[in-house]
Amino acid sequence: MLVDFFLHLKARQLPVSTNELLALLEALEARLVSGSLDDFYLLSRALLVKDESLYDRFDRAFGEYFRGIEALPGFAPEVPEEWLELAARKHLSEADRLKLQKLSYEKIFEQLKERLAEQKERHSGGSKWIGTAGTSPYGHGGYNPEGVRIGGESVGNRTAIKVWDQREFRNLDDTVDLGVRNIKVALRRLRRFARKGAATELDLDGTIAGTARNGGWLDLHLRPERHNAVKVLLFLDIGGSMDDHIQACEELFSAARAEFKHLEHFYFHNCVYEGVWKDNRRRHGENLSTWDVIHTYGPDYKLVFVGDASMSPYEIARPGGSVEHWNEEAGAVWLERLLATWPHAAWLNPLPEAHWGYTSSIQMIEQLLGKRMFPLTIDGLERAMRSLSK
Amino acid sequence: MSNSTLAHIPNDMKFEGTETYVATRDLTLAVNAAIALQRPLLIKGEPGTGKTLLAEEVASALGMPLFQWHIKSTTKAQQGLYEYDAVSRLRDSQLGDPRVEDISHYIVHGVLWQAFECDQPSVVLIDEIDKADIEFPNDLLRELDRMEFHCYELHRTIKAKHRPLIIITSNNEKELPDAFLRRCFFHYIKFPDKETMQRIVGVHFPVLKHELLKEALEVFFDLRDVPGLKKKPSTSELIDWLKLLLAEDIPPEALRAKEAKDAIPPLHGALLKNEQDVHLFERLAFMSRRKP
Ligand SMILES: Nc1ncnc2c1ncn2[C@@H]1O[C@H](COP(=O)(O)OP(=O)(O)O)[C@@H](O)[C@H]1O
Ligand SMILES: [Mg+2]
Repeated sequence: MLVDFFLHLKARQLPVSTNELLALLEALEARLVSGSLDDFYLLSRALLVKDESLYDRFDRAFGEYFRGIEALPGFAPEVPEEWLELAARKHLSEADRLKLQKLSYEKIFEQLKERLAEQKERHSGGSKWIGTAGTSPYGHGGYNPEGVRIGGESVGNRTAIKVWDQREFRNLDDTVDLGVRNIKVALRRLRRFARKGAATELDLDGTIAGTARNGGWLDLHLRPERHNAVKVLLFLDIGGSMDDHIQACEELFSAARAEFKHLEHFYFHNCVYEGVWKDNRRRHGENLSTWDVIHTYGPDYKLVFVGDASMSPYEIARPGGSVEHWNEEAGAVWLERLLATWPHAAWLNPLPEAHWGYTSSIQMIEQLLGKRMFPLTIDGLERAMRSLSK
Repeated sequence: MSNSTLAHIPNDMKFEGTETYVATRDLTLAVNAAIALQRPLLIKGEPGTGKTLLAEEVASALGMPLFQWHIKSTTKAQQGLYEYDAVSRLRDSQLGDPRVEDISHYIVHGVLWQAFECDQPSVVLIDEIDKADIEFPNDLLRELDRMEFHCYELHRTIKAKHRPLIIITSNNEKELPDAFLRRCFFHYIKFPDKETMQRIVGVHFPVLKHELLKEALEVFFDLRDVPGLKKKPSTSELIDWLKLLLAEDIPPEALRAKEAKDAIPPLHGALLKNEQDVHLFERLAFMSRRKP
């Protein structure tokens, strides 16, 4: 059963390793939990999940597994040992297997069998173990998930909704949209990016210590400079339905401003043409020539667009396609010009990635960017930064 | 990872929280799992959620000495083992100090050395591991796995007499390497809900008036919900604020939700430490006051 559970987690893309499965076996053998599924949940989470942004994924996987329990063949008490053997051969290294042999997991499963048998009796004896029979979402026939108690007493006063079903770590999941709650995490990742690429400087203490150790012969030590060298040009699409998201993103970059060597904002609408704005409020007034921008900032700047890239294809492909003014040259020409000036570029899109395929303008821009479009989630931001650092 | 030649921390030792520390079920379970299975416990959570305090409380609850290692951006793994103070030795040799003959005088024991040589099981706190260089955790893997390391200057291997309980905290500034994570137990302390917070306040102020506590928590959690704050007030700020409220003898009515919504709570400087946040908050309060 544990191996099966483990494989289920793997299938749900939780990065669990056999090492950790062994720890869980060990923990069960040490009788660390005295029985309730709730405790088993906490224990397995502490052992198998090492990142709170994966808690939510784990909660869902756990819920799935222990709800669908009746459908899983592995729960018959007779199977586990064979399985373990089989799974062990498939997934464990030689060393791990030796280690497993030392653990007497026969004993664990012996015990498990007993408990299961005991509960089966009680279960058929009445609805006590299910709680509210009939209305319980799990209560119909076969095993109820409480059947996986691994020994000992049930904890009587738990609420009906399981911890994992509450999904309280949902907003730590880094594939959800950027919001107030996870903006800090996003910021940290951005900072990490900003600190990259620094040169080295002389480490004076290290050099003195090294020289002393060397009996007085000079031993130079260098270390990476602490401050950062990353410069960013941020192009933000404003004046549309995505304004909130784009503002969130702008705030995010501003918050990280201190970490960047330079950070400049520019605003555009839908697509970049010959003019951009520095001040959002005066977008119909002072226009900055895009050529000037191109001539001002060197090629070591990283180019970041934020926008939903959703518009009429004409706005990208044709001269005069802009909805706001007459553009002599097509948006695509300008985008290519910018990309040629600053080859390190990424486009952050607040729309969910899954929707991109349905809008042709998004696909056009994605293509212009050479696939470097990323969703505006923490994960997307991370991927964008990674791509920018290449 | 368990090693039978090492004396174990007795199995019946269980941490259940203390009179001065509120530990929720998920946290105690993680701590006890780490004790029983002798693996390092990695604790993450917002600042002020009691990560550092946990190590102190576990040590005192289990009657074990605590060795603390507070990590800075310049901390190296080797410093946890030992450092060879070559500069002092060089100086001593120039001054003709006879101590210079014995190199052991210049070996400065690190936290792990002290814990390994301790005559009883101990707790080692590696606080804010994410401050250090990205390689730092990996550099400690071997020592933490084997519970021994070699001192080349003394030609001696330092072995743990007792495997210490290792508690590591992180503020999530850097990702930690996978190989390191695989060996640890992990627990994320989520920000306390109202009920837990009430208990936490309870251990700090055993005789706080119920009315005041209720109103104060209301204000506190509302404040945490204000969008756009740079730094949300944490447990320690709540406690500082309560201290001030008591010292100034502020009555519960002054905090009452109705009025507090369109006013700034008394002594809010204790809750909001960031100037921008104070401005933001005052602006919000001002705006809601102007609404009819
Ligand atoms: N669970 C708790 N029980 C009692 N006090 C707590 C708890 N959590 C936080 N505190 C209070 O908050 C303060 C800050 O805790 P600390 O351990 O420094 O936080 P962290 O290391 O997570 O930033 C503590 O000194 C204590 O007063
Ligand atoms: Mg701390």
